[in-house]
Amino acid sequence: MTMAFEYAPAPESRAIVDIAPSYGLFIDGEFRPAEDGKVFKTVSPSSEEVLSEVAQAGQSDVDAAVRAARKAFEKWSALPGSERAKYLFRIARIIQERSRELAVLESLDNGKPIRESRDADLPLVAAHFFYYAGWADKLSHAGFGQDPRPLGVAGQVIPWNFPLLMLAWKIAPALACGNTVVLKPAETTPLSALFFADICRQAGLPKGVVNILTGDGSTGAALVAHPDVNKVAFTGSTEVGKAIARTVAGTDKKLTLELGGKAANIVFDDAPIDQAVEGIVNGIFFNQGHVCCAGSRLLVQESVQDELLDALKRRMSTLRVGDPLDKNTDIGAINSAEQLARIKSLADSGEAEGAERWAPSCELPSSGYWFAPTLFTGVTQAHRIAREEIFGPVLSVLTFRTPAEAVEKANNTQYGLSAGIWTEKGSRILWMADKLRAGVVWANTFNKFDPTSPFGGYKESGFGREGGRHGLEAYLNV
Amino acid sequence: MSDARLSVFKTYKLFVGGKFPRSESGRVYEVADSKGNWLANAPLASRKDARDAVVAARKAFGGWAGATAYNRGQILYRIAEMLEGRREQFVREVAEAEGLSKSKAAAVVDAAIDRWVWYAGWTDKIGQIAGAANPVAGPYFNLSTTEPTGVVAVLAPQDSSFLGLVSVLAPVIATGNTAVVVTSEKSPLPALSLGEVLATSDLPGGVVNVLSGKAAEIGPHLAAHSDVNAIDLTGADAELATALETAAADNLKRVLRPRDEDWSADPGTDRLLTFLETKTVWHPIGV
Repeated sequence: MTMAFEYAPAPESRAIVDIAPSYGLFIDGEFRPAEDGKVFKTVSPSSEEVLSEVAQAGQSDVDAAVRAARKAFEKWSALPGSERAKYLFRIARIIQERSRELAVLESLDNGKPIRESRDADLPLVAAHFFYYAGWADKLSHAGFGQDPRPLGVAGQVIPWNFPLLMLAWKIAPALACGNTVVLKPAETTPLSALFFADICRQAGLPKGVVNILTGDGSTGAALVAHPDVNKVAFTGSTEVGKAIARTVAGTDKKLTLELGGKAANIVFDDAPIDQAVEGIVNGIFFNQGHVCCAGSRLLVQESVQDELLDALKRRMSTLRVGDPLDKNTDIGAINSAEQLARIKSLADSGEAEGAERWAPSCELPSSGYWFAPTLFTGVTQAHRIAREEIFGPVLSVLTFRTPAEAVEKANNTQYGLSAGIWTEKGSRILWMADKLRAGVVWANTFNKFDPTSPFGGYKESGFGREGGRHGLEAYLNV
Repeated sequence: MSDARLSVFKTYKLFVGGKFPRSESGRVYEVADSKGNWLANAPLASRKDARDAVVAARKAFGGWAGATAYNRGQILYRIAEMLEGRREQFVREVAEAEGLSKSKAAAVVDAAIDRWVWYAGWTDKIGQIAGAANPVAGPYFNLSTTEPTGVVAVLAPQDSSFLGLVSVLAPVIATGNTAVVVTSEKSPLPALSLGEVLATSDLPGGVVNVLSGKAAEIGPHLAAHSDVNAIDLTGADAELATALETAAADNLKRVLRPRDEDWSADPGTDRLLTFLETKTVWHPIGV
């Protein structure tokens, strides 16, 4: 028996955030209620406390936002790139200044641990704006011709797993290229986008360049179908991504999609076990597994299966699940009751289909939405938990004997977003990286992101790249 | 002897998996020149032919994508060499198909041969202009490289039976994709003859598969096929293109929409880049 250490609670203060009781839609530089007056509540998934009431944008609000963005486009796109750059640099700096406030807000609204919102989300958000700010006056050097032009109004729909980071991935390159945007944050995590509207105000961004519409799926559907939108960018489920692809078929709208995944994290017998275990834990339990590129399928070489699983279980037993604002927390709350139900149902299917379920004993809070870190062994490729994206802290373990078998199993999926390789042999890393049909391959690491590094999927994980020089293409007429 | 001699007609056939089958449906349709004179009975490819072609293209994909870029460039250049040798035949076929004078048809064929040469030279360069070494903020090696998308269905242009065909096909295979091409419906013969050139150019069987027939009949099966990764809708009219783009969403094919094209213009790199994926590999740096 190892000794159990007691941790004193180390909560981050929420006093740094001032959440208003209600928020309107941010259209043409002003907050205004939805035209039909509809609202919905956003709750903290760790406590079910109502955080605020936000407007539900309808068709007429979408029309107004697109109109505002269209009006703003003429001047924004005509600004010298160096001037657009300075607005984006200002935004990056203000995000850095307000990053603790935004990190706490994100953890409250989303449920993710403050350690992650503070150390991963917010630094990446600021870095993304900083990176694309620098591109705004260098587009003629980006390899898209001498004078690449913006597309016009971008309609952007983002998910709830990294609310502010996904906003940054969408808005920063769009504005740098001279487009104006109408962005819809996810229904369950609207607040950080509304705070971003305030950052736009502080930065003096011209009215209408950024418009934020809160709402549910119907708002997103109206936005992507709007005839005066020139560009649609979506991050979310493959199912919705397909529906959007059908919506824009036959139009001139440019489309980029960043969708689901079922990444294989492949561990060879020569991998350093402790490092691999950290990578596996980071791969599937980072952000409660609410990560499209999560390493949700562990492929372990048969000869080290027992040793690896013993070490993994030991490590999982030390993970702390609980209050997202506690700085010791490793795993926060599941984002919504709906997502929790989906995770439970898929985990139940794993048991029903014959896989063996294991989770460390851990006490879950009595209110809020929670799911203990879980792994399944004895998983076959036919099991739903090996094929479907669970989007939760659930790891499916499969085994392989040869590199060729690992590649075959890893690629046996409709998805192709990411993959992981753990081995000490360099030539094998490069051989595997070459064979894996995935847009991002992490070797001896996992879940690393950077604004300079293109991210995006093969196959049904979507198309287009975000980040790097590649990320500009989605917002230029090339 | 000479004037009285009856010429030998060529039986035009599909090109699938490196072989020359008739349509499994047994169907043919009459192909006429611009004045309405009979030229040949071309196979009228069916759904089954399209599915066979996709199987052949998938089977060929691993080898072709895995071939070195240098090797692919050698083979594309060999295609240009073989075409040059059969130049007179293609000039005649293009002149008949498109109602061009011999000199105009010759200019079109020359441009098509030159286009193979242009794309042959791109195979080992496109990755260098489209890839990147990314300066990430941490101790990581971070490299983005290009990879072919997979099996690409190509609806070749209806109006430009040879130069247009080459202009849409060559960029697809230059980067390591394999292709299922639906020819111009009205003028399929230059495309079917191109199959004969490809068969003798060291191009592995299945890398290019040529189907003659109706885009409106075969296109929907290719657009809906789950083992096709991308579709070029150049040869579809607006209504068909919308229907096929909608069907293509079922497995999120990459779609190239039809647009105004000038086949004689500098093609740029757009068609090469459309059917490429970007893969980014990370590795820690340390001692």
